[in-house]
Amino acid sequence: MIVFLVFALFPILWVISASFNPANTLVGQSLIPKNASLVNYKEVFTSEQYPIALWIKNSIVIGLITSALVVVMTSLAAYAFSRFRFKGRREGLFASLLVQVFPQMLAAVSIYLLILSIGKLVPSMGINTHAGLILVYLGGAMGVNAWLMKGYFDTIPNSLEESAMIDGASPFQAYYMIILPLARPILAVIFLLQFIGTYSEFIFASVLISSSEKYTLAVGLQLFIHDQYASRWGVFAAASVLGALPIVILFMFLQKYLVSGLTSGAVKG
Amino acid sequence: MGKIIKGGFLAIINVVFIWIALYLLSAQAYLVFALLLLGALLTNFIFILPKGYPYRYLLPAAFFMVLLVVYPIMYTVYISVTNYGTGNILNKEQVIAQFESKYVLEPSSEGYSFQAYRDSQDRLWMLFTDSEGRQMVGHDGELTPVQAGDPLLGQLDGFTELNRVDLVRATNELSAQSFAYDDLHELRMRNINAFSLYLQQYRYDVASDRLTDLQTGTVYEPIDGYFQAPDGTRLTPGFRAVIGFDNFRRLLGNPQITGPFVSVFIWTIQWALLSVATTFVVGLFLAILLNDPHMRLRKVYRSLLILPYAIPAFISALIWRGLFNTELGVINQILRATVGSSVPWLQDPFWAKVALIILNLWLGFPYMMIICLGALQSINAEMYEAALVDGATSWQQFRHITLPLLMVSVGPLLVSSFSFNFNNFSVIYLLTRGRPPIVGAQTPAGHTDILISYTYRLAFESGRGIDYGLASAVTLVIFLITGAITFFNFRFTGALEDVNKNV
Repeated sequence: MIVFLVFALFPILWVISASFNPANTLVGQSLIPKNASLVNYKEVFTSEQYPIALWIKNSIVIGLITSALVVVMTSLAAYAFSRFRFKGRREGLFASLLVQVFPQMLAAVSIYLLILSIGKLVPSMGINTHAGLILVYLGGAMGVNAWLMKGYFDTIPNSLEESAMIDGASPFQAYYMIILPLARPILAVIFLLQFIGTYSEFIFASVLISSSEKYTLAVGLQLFIHDQYASRWGVFAAASVLGALPIVILFMFLQKYLVSGLTSGAVKG
Repeated sequence: MGKIIKGGFLAIINVVFIWIALYLLSAQAYLVFALLLLGALLTNFIFILPKGYPYRYLLPAAFFMVLLVVYPIMYTVYISVTNYGTGNILNKEQVIAQFESKYVLEPSSEGYSFQAYRDSQDRLWMLFTDSEGRQMVGHDGELTPVQAGDPLLGQLDGFTELNRVDLVRATNELSAQSFAYDDLHELRMRNINAFSLYLQQYRYDVASDRLTDLQTGTVYEPIDGYFQAPDGTRLTPGFRAVIGFDNFRRLLGNPQITGPFVSVFIWTIQWALLSVATTFVVGLFLAILLNDPHMRLRKVYRSLLILPYAIPAFISALIWRGLFNTELGVINQILRATVGSSVPWLQDPFWAKVALIILNLWLGFPYMMIICLGALQSINAEMYEAALVDGATSWQQFRHITLPLLMVSVGPLLVSSFSFNFNNFSVIYLLTRGRPPIVGAQTPAGHTDILISYTYRLAFESGRGIDYGLASAVTLVIFLITGAITFFNFRFTGALEDVNKNV
């Protein structure tokens, strides 16, 4: 047990220690830093050449927008799958299951070319734009989420909506005013899972985004540290701590829900 | 009220559809245009017919899924049978236009001295004089021969003539000028003192689909994405063309491509298996320890052990890259202090693989621990009591009760974990970037590359040029394997039957 605790925690402690070490290098680091200071953290927020704080902000903004849109779209789709009976319903459910089999990143080349041609039509959604990147994330997010959400909707009894509809509510009003408030827990879980996934996404962000001020943290951090461990270790460590913190807090907060989601088959990206 | 909103919404969507349609028509993308038309018709039906009501809710999700998942997959299949890549980036029309705009200096041309003028609107006018004193006025791509006393010449006198310094300054503008002389020749700037006649080098004939070199008379025929002369010489650049199963044939038949591909393939399988095995064994071991009610501080241990899983993987991988650093990394520091020697973690093929497995163990064991804990807690305690009564040892209990029952719920998750690691790009790419490279490979392949990172490098970062066609062919191989694994998994867990039941 002790062995594994050390294995699990040592790298984390080592990085936290490095982030307070003003020497900013791997050379001669010790676990308890001498002359501990916040100089590395200051660098994260002030560096002109490597705007790390801006990258963290980009990642958070992209994550929030993507997650919000995903929740809206999947809840609409899940409502239809859960409450309506229509032709192609079975096929639709099956398709959403099938699509998640093929990781979207495998089609990275095609998606790159697709976004390239969308960019010719709408320059603000092309290559090297956040909108284009969000577009890609929206496409990849449907499969699992629609399933999880439909499963939850199925557990909400029909009777509430029926009585609302007798009072003259339209199906959309029933969705908006009854189902959504009742389904708040699953909406929150999907939102946060999506946020964590988007925040950590690396492939499309690095393929599609090419200018420094638009990087997400995943892309920027990788380029920042690339083989510069001797000269940038401290600042990198500070950036890692700051970048990981929001996700770790969310994770701890949501542990209970996540565990149930994990056992039903979701794999973290 | 609702009707007005609906009508307005539909109108906006249709306007967008028409706008995209016009663009597609102008770009001559007829296939995509047809698909768009189909989509537009469906959308309108869904909103006009009452029967379409449920589909309205599905529309946004379906739209993005088709555009960004289904269409790219289909397009990948298409690219895999083309030669798309460096040297064959442009389509045929663009390549023909490029060849037709090539001009060579007409050997017999003597050169024209010139004067340049700007009119009041800053437009450029040229006066050319050949060696025999004949003059032409050039403006806006057209040439007009002039005699002495022509009113045009008088007009030029009214403009500002550019002096030597102005000419030098306007070099770029001047060299962009070309004037049609006759059907085959253009007048272009040769140097700062003279213009000359240039001859169009190639002419394309639509009817016969041939490109002719006007000087040598060689006829080029389009074959497999290149214009090719009868003697086999190819003109570059080539164009995008369907070349059938060539990419797959290269993958299996070209030793310099096949060798690395096979070794990447084998490592991918090893990697996925080892990843699942190591994380599962450690995760299960810890879960059993944490499941023991006699253990103190279980909750604290659990929260601490989960930490590696909570940190975004891209950050962890970069941190470990620092820890594994051969000269300065803390792991080698400790090894030097204890064992006395250090390990070339990221330079040696074997140790790079070990480093990857260690990193992935760190990243993945908490996940296995969580799911095993869940599964253990659901095993009925009475079973163990019964076993105890029968005199079973604790190993026998584990072997005959815990493991089989655990596998029922955890087994399918192990399979999906296998296919997840099979395509676990970020860990590989961020820790080793697939390095060290395989010596003698014609494609950018490394000892620690798995199929997905190999594809990525083929498509996006090869020093020898990108090869979308080959990358897509490898992608299809991955599709097939991942698809087969998942299908097997679905059969195993009955997910497909679930779909049937839930409908």
